Amino acid sequence: MDMNQYLDMFIEESKEHLQAINESLLALEQSPQALDIVNVVFRSAHTLKGMAATMGFEKMTHLTHEMENGLDLMRNGKLAVTLDVMDVLFRCVDILESQLTAIIETGSDAEISVDEQVELVKAVIAGKPVSPTSAAQVASETGAVLEESAAVVDFNEYESTILQQSQEKGFTAYKLTVTLAEKCVMRAARAYMVFDAIERLGEIIKSEPRVEDLEEEKFDRGFMLVVLTKEEEETLKNTALGVSEVETVDIQVVTSLQNDVVVAQQEVAATAVAAAPIIAPTPELKVEAPQAQQKTALPTDHKKSQLGKSVRVDIERLDVLINLFSELVIDRTRLESIARELNNQDLVETVEHMSRISTDLQNIVMTIRMVPVETVFNRFPRMVRDLARDLNKKVDFIIRGQETELDRTVIDEIGDPLVHLLRNALDHGLESPEVRLANGKDEVGKVELIAFHSGNHVFIEISEDGAGIDRQKVLRKALERGIVDAQTAETLPDSQVFDLIFHSGFSTADKISDVSGRGVGLDVVKTKIESLGGRVLVQSTPGKGTKFSIQLPLTLSIIQAMLVQIADEKYAIPLSSIIETAIIKKSDIKRVHKQAVIDFRGSVVPLLSLEEIFSIPRQELSELDEQNVVIVRKGDKMAALVVDSFIGQQEVVLKSLGKYLTGSVMAISGATILGDGQVALIMDCNALIQ
Amino acid sequence: MLEHKDLVEEIKVIVFRLVDEEYGVEVSQVRSIEKMQNITRVPRTPEFVKGVINLRGVVTPIIDLKTRFNLGDENYTDATRIIIVAVEDMEVGLIVDAANDVIDIPVNSIVQPPAVVGGIQKAYLRGVAKLEERLLIMLNLDKVLSSEEIQAMANLER
Repeated sequence: MDMNQYLDMFIEESKEHLQAINESLLALEQSPQALDIVNVVFRSAHTLKGMAATMGFEKMTHLTHEMENGLDLMRNGKLAVTLDVMDVLFRCVDILESQLTAIIETGSDAEISVDEQVELVKAVIAGKPVSPTSAAQVASETGAVLEESAAVVDFNEYESTILQQSQEKGFTAYKLTVTLAEKCVMRAARAYMVFDAIERLGEIIKSEPRVEDLEEEKFDRGFMLVVLTKEEEETLKNTALGVSEVETVDIQVVTSLQNDVVVAQQEVAATAVAAAPIIAPTPELKVEAPQAQQKTALPTDHKKSQLGKSVRVDIERLDVLINLFSELVIDRTRLESIARELNNQDLVETVEHMSRISTDLQNIVMTIRMVPVETVFNRFPRMVRDLARDLNKKVDFIIRGQETELDRTVIDEIGDPLVHLLRNALDHGLESPEVRLANGKDEVGKVELIAFHSGNHVFIEISEDGAGIDRQKVLRKALERGIVDAQTAETLPDSQVFDLIFHSGFSTADKISDVSGRGVGLDVVKTKIESLGGRVLVQSTPGKGTKFSIQLPLTLSIIQAMLVQIADEKYAIPLSSIIETAIIKKSDIKRVHKQAVIDFRGSVVPLLSLEEIFSIPRQELSELDEQNVVIVRKGDKMAALVVDSFIGQQEVVLKSLGKYLTGSVMAISGATILGDGQVALIMDCNALIQ
Repeated sequence: MLEHKDLVEEIKVIVFRLVDEEYGVEVSQVRSIEKMQNITRVPRTPEFVKGVINLRGVVTPIIDLKTRFNLGDENYTDATRIIIVAVEDMEVGLIVDAANDVIDIPVNSIVQPPAVVGGIQKAYLRGVAKLEERLLIMLNLDKVLSSEEIQAMANLER
């Protein structure tokens, strides 16, 4: 069978699973006792193995298989979550990622050797087994030898945790031993019916034989199941008996288990400490662990069901959709103006209806393009962890607002600048633990990555509580490089000094590490952000830390604009930068240092003639007493632009001026196509206001 | 000998006219030929940049080749055409006096141009194709449309 058509799907899904594994491993590192996280990792690894095997990627299959073995022991509490184990697992993920890259590039994973890693995994599994009998137990499990007499229910640690938690919440655990009639023909079907009926009353957490075996009729007449419920014992029994061909139902309350479980857990913990150093074996963590588990256990299930409802769409197809839709918006605008001219009631109504629908459609189309920043953020925890280890720094990395959505095109471009800023924060921003302790700070530094919406913009902030930017150091460097001269250097305010670090050829790191670049960092970040129509700001307090704020436009393609006319030319001014429109009298115009100004609501605002700025040719001069102005702003600065008339407010599709002109036209950010098919230029008010 | 001549590599070129001279651009670089239409002026650009047009939904910059090479004043007639060319994934329209021919020319008929041909600097030329009765000036579009060019021109204007 030709697998090529599935390759894309395989790659996409593998990426998702690897990401999931990465995230879960990080979570596990934080709370080593949370065995349900191990389960999540196990499931992902298992799926990955299955997919790789189907696609014929043997080496990937081999490695995931070994991972799975290790994880299986972990979730059964037979392998402690130690630093060594975590490292090996992380390295496995790295290798899997490079295998995936190789598959994307060459279509094969044969180039990347896994033998060494497989040996490592095996060594970890074999070298530090927590329980000496684990090997034997694994053997018995895989052999699927089942205990018939279920006098004592043998729970693994995962199950007992659930059991314990639900008992605390007021659920009761019952053990049901169901025996089917001797003559029963479809035992599997009956068993299924019992399961189905019981599951309506509570949650089945365990069965013997396993569900798969029951489905395949690999049992004799009886089976056992443990159910968590708030229902009465009698109700349960009757429900089970309600299924035809069920002969007897024996029901027992599982109570004595609680103590056993606790004892078992302590044993595991104790042996684990003895075997190897556990990550963060602080007493607080252990107490908190069950709570954390409760929180994480539910969302994983939700996530799973959400995944089933989504459809994967090629970005290119989405772009085509957006382009087609843009054309539709242009036609809609055109129809609106035709309808107005013809003044036909029916036509006007139909066009109005169409406008409403297309507005709704537009909202949907635009939201399809919106992607949560999570897709970029989720690779950072791992990166920060590795970086912190390389730099020997201790970091508490906090991400907030990862659900904030941004346009796909922005998302694709924002990754690299953020990586740069995070690396910068860890390398230059945070001090080493020794220095921090010496300065009376917590030795663990704090790095925060926050995203949030505000108006038509999305803000992403990266802050740390490090040493802050050293003004003198920056100035010294700037003088060395000849970026500023000594005289101005002293008078520059802090904010302008900090802006110097965005200058090309600037790096204040005393020693060049391979983490922070060689001075080609922040200027690239700034250029990139600005090319996306955004801005970067930096704030810093000596000894307290530094904060980089990135401001990004919500969407790039469709904006609200005011169309204005000057002589014969039409221009669009983005509504986001307009404060209001006004009519002023010629006599209200005053002059300050040769600059025409007007008094606008108590503040002096410069009056700019677009006719002069854009050297717009005019046939006949009109001498009117009044002038139309548009008050625009950039931050807290304002300007009044003189125009002939206002055409109206409308949605315009932002288009580039074409590569040939990009970057060489001043105060024009792009163009749009009007209803009549003509091109109107979009003004960049930020460039007009100096 | 005949056989050898047949093997000579040929290229297809679009022939256009600027004032009295004939010029050629390779067909592979030409996207389409449009009639003259309303052009939206773009302020603060060099004089030869006439503006932008809506080319089937794509905003396309238009330059006037005659103004570009100082070959005389623009006088748009019914014969005036806009040749849309693509150079390094950038599309630009060139206003020419007329465009009416597609011909095959043997590569070896193109010779190095003299320093200046018809008022155009050698740097902007690929060569001169000598055909039986006509002389075709082959433009080097990559150079004519390079971004350094427009930047330099823009700076001059300011």
